[in-house]
This record gives sequence, C-alpha cells and structure tokens, in this order.
Amino acid sequence: MKTIFKSLLAITVVSLVLSSCGNGGSKKGSQGALSSSAAEKVYVAPGEHDEFYAFVSGGFSGQLAVYGLPSGRLFKVIPVFSVDAEKAYGFNEETKPMLNTSHGFIPWDDSHHPDISQTNGEIDGRWVFINGNNTPRIAKIDLTTFETTEIIEIPNSAGNHSSSYVTENSEYVVAGTRFSVPFPQQDMPIDEYKGNFKGALSFISIDPEHGHMDIKFQIRMPGFDYDLSHPGRGDSHGWFFFTTYNTEEANSLLEVNASQNDKDFIAAINWKKIEEYVNNGGGKKMPANYAHNVYDEDTHTATSTMKKEVLVVDPSDVPGAIYFMPTPKSPHGCDVDPSGEYIVGSGKLAAELTIHSFSKMLKAIENKDFDGDAYGIPILSYEATLAGAVKQPGLGPLHTEFDGKGNAYTTFFISSEVVKWKLGTWEVIDRKPTYYSVGHLMIPGGNSRKPFGKYVLAMNKITKDRYLPTGPEVTQSAQLYDITGEKMELLLDFPTIGEPHYAAGCPADLLKPKSKKFFKLEDNKHEYAITSEADAKVVRDGNEVHIYMTMIRSHFAPDNIEGVQVGDKVYFHVTNLEQDYDVPHGVSMIGANTSELLIMPGQTETFVWEPKQVGVWPFYCTDFCSALHQEMQGYVRVSAKGSNVPITFTLDGDAVDAE
Amino acid sequence: MKKSKLLMIVGSFLLLGLFVFPLWNITLEAPQYPIPLGMDIHINKFVDTHEFDIKNINLMNHYVGMQYIPETISEFKIFPWAIAIMAALGIIIGLFGNHKLFLVWFVLMSLLGIAGMYDFYLWEYDYGHNLDPKAIMNFKNPDGSVMGFQPPLFGTKYILNFTAHSYPRTGAYFLFVGMLLTLVAFFVGKKEAKA
Repeated sequence: MKTIFKSLLAITVVSLVLSSCGNGGSKKGSQGALSSSAAEKVYVAPGEHDEFYAFVSGGFSGQLAVYGLPSGRLFKVIPVFSVDAEKAYGFNEETKPMLNTSHGFIPWDDSHHPDISQTNGEIDGRWVFINGNNTPRIAKIDLTTFETTEIIEIPNSAGNHSSSYVTENSEYVVAGTRFSVPFPQQDMPIDEYKGNFKGALSFISIDPEHGHMDIKFQIRMPGFDYDLSHPGRGDSHGWFFFTTYNTEEANSLLEVNASQNDKDFIAAINWKKIEEYVNNGGGKKMPANYAHNVYDEDTHTATSTMKKEVLVVDPSDVPGAIYFMPTPKSPHGCDVDPSGEYIVGSGKLAAELTIHSFSKMLKAIENKDFDGDAYGIPILSYEATLAGAVKQPGLGPLHTEFDGKGNAYTTFFISSEVVKWKLGTWEVIDRKPTYYSVGHLMIPGGNSRKPFGKYVLAMNKITKDRYLPTGPEVTQSAQLYDITGEKMELLLDFPTIGEPHYAAGCPADLLKPKSKKFFKLEDNKHEYAITSEADAKVVRDGNEVHIYMTMIRSHFAPDNIEGVQVGDKVYFHVTNLEQDYDVPHGVSMIGANTSELLIMPGQTETFVWEPKQVGVWPFYCTDFCSALHQEMQGYVRVSAKGSNVPITFTLDGDAVDAE
Repeated sequence: MKKSKLLMIVGSFLLLGLFVFPLWNITLEAPQYPIPLGMDIHINKFVDTHEFDIKNINLMNHYVGMQYIPETISEFKIFPWAIAIMAALGIIIGLFGNHKLFLVWFVLMSLLGIAGMYDFYLWEYDYGHNLDPKAIMNFKNPDGSVMGFQPPLFGTKYILNFTAHSYPRTGAYFLFVGMLLTLVAFFVGKKEAKA
C-alpha cells in the first residue's frame, strides 16, 4: 500500500514537473512575441498608417473585417451577408433587398474566402469578392466605399465553399458547391444520392467596368464535395483547379464513409474551352430561381431581381475540357504558385503534401496517360502529373500561400504549425507553431502572380488561453509572422471577429488614395432625397406618412412634426446635408422596431416607424457629431387614429402646412 | 522702344494675372482638420481650397454666430473693372506717356490698393464682429468685451481652436511685381530723360 502511495506521489511530482516544463516552454514561446524587436516590427506609431490592408473573413458572423498589418488593428467590419444594426444594413429600406434570396430575406450567412480583383495576375484593388457558404451567394464589395454593392445567389449549389476565387484578369469569380444536391432540386430519397446528386461549379462573369456579376455558366459535375479552388495563372491561365473529397459519394456519416478512397481528385477545368463552347451557343438553359441584388451608389438604394434561368454545361458536352488529378486523402486546399506551374493539393488526412505540375498535366493529357475515368471524365495517372511531394511536413495540411521568392507556406491543422518549404526541391526550411490549430493563412497578394512576401497571417481555429478569458466563448484570433528571413518569426497575436477563414491583403497605397471621403449631394439620386432644408416636408398618403428630413450640425429639419396617427406607417427619409469628411449623423426613434440609421454625408437612408401609442415621441442623433450633438433631437406628436390634428412640420417655430 | 516704356507696359500687363490667379488666401487649421479648411479670394469670387471648404467654414462659424460667407460681394463687381482699367491705362501711358505719368499711375494704383485693403479689413471686421445675438456660444475677452473672430489681415492668428493664416497668393505677387516694375520704369525713365 505504502509503495503504491509512494509511486503515485512520484508520478504526481513527475507530471507536475513535466507540465510546468511544458508551461515554461509555451511561456517562452509567447515571450518571443514580446521581444523588443518583434514589438518594433508591429508598432505603428499614433497617427501613422499600416503598410497593408487585410480583409479577413468574419466566418459565422457573415461579415468581412478590415485590419491593418502589421499592427493588427481593426478598422471596419463591412456588413456583407448578415444584418448590422450599427450600420442599418438589412434594417433600412435601402439595404433590405441586399439580403433577399430565393428563400426570402435571410439575415445571416457564413462568409469564407475573400479575394481581391486582379488585372494581369496582380491584385488591382477594385473589388473584393466573398462567398456566403450556407445559402450560396457571392458578394462584391466596392473598395472605394468599403461597402457591399452586389450579391448574387447561386442556384443548384449548397455549401458554397470552393468559392469566391477570381481569375487572372477578373474575367470570372468562381463558386463551387461543397454539398452535391439533386440538380435541379427535387423530392427524392437521400440514399439515392450516388450517381443522382450533382455538384455545380459556377463561373460568374465580372463586368470589367462596374463589376456586375452574372452567372455565365454552371458545370454539372459528378456528385462529389468540391472543397476549395484556385485559378491558374501565367501559362495555366484559362484553367481552374478544384479539390474534391467524398468521391465515394457517401450521403451519411461522411467522416468515415468519405474517407475510404486512398485518393480523391483535383478537378482541372479548362474554363476557356467551356467559355468558347458557351459563346458558340453551347450549354442548356435550365429553369432556376435566384436573386441578384445590386446596390446603386447614386440612388443609395439596392434592388433585388429574381433570375429565372441558368446555363448548364455537362462535362460530356465539352470533351477535353475537364480532367481529374488523383490526390491523396480528401484534399482540402488547392493552391497555385505565382508562376502557375505548381498546384498544391493538401490531402488533409495524408502523410505528405502533393504537388502537381501544370506542364506535366498538359503532357499527360496529350499522351492520354489516363487511369480510367469517373462519369466519363478522364482520370490522369497520378505519377504523370506529380511534380513532387513534401515528405513528413506535419499533420493535417490545409492551405498554402507563396512569398514570390520560391517559398511556400503551408498550414497544418493537427500539428498546429506553419511550415515553410521550397518549391522545386520540396525541402522543409522552417516550421513555427501556431496557437492553435491554424486554418487558412494569407500573404498579401499571395494568391496572385505578385505576392508581397513580407508577412504571413495565420488564422486560427482555436484560441484557448491566448487572451484574457471571456467565459466559455473566447475570441477568435490571428497571428502575424515576419517571413523576410530564412526563418519565420512570430510577431503578433490579435483578436478577430467571427471565425477568420481566408483573408486577402494588399499594400495600403493601392486603396488609400481612392478611398471615398463622402458622397456628393449633387449626385444623390435617391427617390426621397432632398438637398436643402427648404425642401423638407411631410406628406400623408393614406395611412403612410413620408417625412423628407435633413440633418446637418446640429439639427434635424423639420424637428417638430404633428398629425401622425396610431396605425400609420411612418417613413423617415433622412438626408445628411454635410459635405465634409467623417461627419456622419445617426437617427433613431423611440419605439421603432428597427435599428438606427447611420447616414454618411451626402447620403439618404430610410427607416420605418409604426407608432402604437399616442403621445409625443422624441428622436435624436446617435452619432456624436459636434459640440451640440446632445441638442440634435426632435419630437413627433402621435394622435389617436382618425384624429383631426393636421400634418404640420416645423423648425424653430417656422410652421409650414402640408395640407 | 525705350527700356522704361517696356517696363511700364510689362508691369501694367502683369496686373492681368489677377484675372487668373487668386489674390489672397485664408486658411484655418484645427486639430479636427488635418486637411485645413481654406478659401481663396479672387478679385471676383471666393473659391474653396478643397471642395466644400467654404460650406464647412460656415458650418463651423455658425456656432459663434458669424454670418455665412456670401456667395458674392459688391466688391467683386468693382475690382475687375478697376484692375482692367488700371492695366489698360498703364499700357497706354507706357506707350504714349512719360516717366512722370508712370509715377502718377503708381501712386494712383497704390492708393487703390490701400483702399482695397482697407475695404477688405472693414469686411473682415464686420465678418468677425457682427455676430448673431442668438449665437450658440459666446466668448468674452479678459476685459469683458465680446470676443470677435476677425481673421488677420496679414499673418497668422489664433482664434479659439483654429489657427488662421491670411497670406497673399499668386495673383497678389503678379500685382506686387507689376507695380514694382512700374516704379522701376519711373526711375529708369527719369535717367533716360536726363541722358
């Protein structure tokens, strides 16, 4: 008994020592980030600007966050797929249509992979695109206003995950389905999945001038899961690469049943060939129903149009346009190096990283070096396309980015690290831990011909103890590494919103000069805009009351309104008359079942108030606009239904009768 | 042509630069305005330094009850004529007159210039002191009198949170150099007459 007790004690002591060693080790690691040289590298002095913009997906927040690098400071959360009461996105009458879908208004989505538009393979900073994963959609954000200006729904798709990557000249933004589904949707038994469910890969054309999106064609692929994708560039421009898993076509317990095949595929799609086929009248027009929502900067208003048709191409229609490259074990990331020659497939259950060669792929196609086919699509022989493999790189490879200097950086989810390796020799150069379980990583311009290989941003899935605890739900986080040297150096941890999936970055100088300061009043074409206080009015139309209101430091015009009745639907159309940088005004009405409005100079926005109680109800400015902000307020008198109080509206006792 | 005549003609001609370039500029700096607010004063108009600056100056100034900077002032009708006539007169004198007339022109132009500056001062004084009695904010000087907000005629002055700069612009330099040339023309002409 005594011996048992002694040995138990010994074990406890040993494990205590071990665990404290472990703690010591990790403390040391984090102290590295606090060393003075690391601090200097991320310090951006007050009033100074960061060197890079980083657009980091908000994951299950549905939004897109804008950070500065190297400081990791958050500048803006751009509402994209989720309502945002702060900015009235999805609450005001102008932006409600942005969130319309074939399923009606949806207040949320899961945003994943931002990608900046490109010209000649280099990021050009016009727009950033991002995918909504849950109810498949692609959004376009204008990088002069940093606002979402367009959202298109993707029919026949589900789990819009291998999206929203842009081709080298922004010809297309691509959306691939993670879930295969009945195509078109129909009522059928789930276990008849195999052979009947299909995967849609959608090529959405981008209008070169305004960026307007239009689904040019959808490829009806076999019923695999299309996980991630990237465009070819340079010589491989004209091709698109998609990783697939669940080539087993399982429909239940996928974690087991979709992990049976030794190799899944990277689908190589010659989109130029399919585009030519489509331009020559190829493809089949199929009935569909999907929303196309466009925000107009002049009217400050979005419109939603339901589209009723989509052009579908079956792989068998265009022989020689699609091939499968076998890639081990449910590959996740599908990343193309800056030259366009190497396609890195991260088999997330594989022991090594697989790199395919584009030139070898072309040769294999030429030599018909096939290893059978899947649903008529030729499977290229594994050895024929293989450029090399990174041996024993780590556990659970997910994503790879490139520094433009011949190095690649791959994240490993299970072993929680970033690994630097060399293209061509496939040797591992360095590895650094991440805290913890990194997903995507981002080098500004890392998905282009011209990366800016100064920093890599690792976006983590698990945060645990890295910050002050905030109950069971802790912050999401990212980590910044300096990659200018042979070895990577961890510089900074910073918290992020939502779950950061992918990010896109670019030099600040690309966007800074063209960032809009305010909207010009003279260009305001909003249906209910007024450009001077003299035009302010209140108009009754049945039980609708339209208030044409202005705001300027520091008053509303009008600010006393009478004649509103219980049961009315009161529209506040409010125009900010300011024409100066950073002078927004807000407005909110007591008891209104909606959000505030936050109106930029020169802009008009509308909220609806349906008063339910008689009384005199105040409204006020919600954005501290000036020294007299607290005085920026007004009253609306609400009378009983059928009351004979006439509509009047005044400012400083200046009464004007509307009727 | 004699050197003095040429100088007189060129000097008078330079006045016409005022039709192209601003005469004066007032710029207001404040912590909240990293890009300062500014107004260029031409002989016939007020112009924003950056788009909407005047609108924003007015918005600032309404807190202390200052009047809005008018779209136009009556001087804008007179100044262009005065400059055009003086320039024409100078050129005619240059062509047909002698150096004594050059001096007469210079003195006349100087008087006009002083009158213009005095007029500008009066406008500025009124602008800075004729305050709305319902002004949102009232400030008193240490001696108890009502604080005025007159921008400086020339130079830099601190007005509450603003630093106001008032300095000549390109048009004024055309005027100064032109007038200087006519003065030189007088002395050169005098020398030529002796010779």
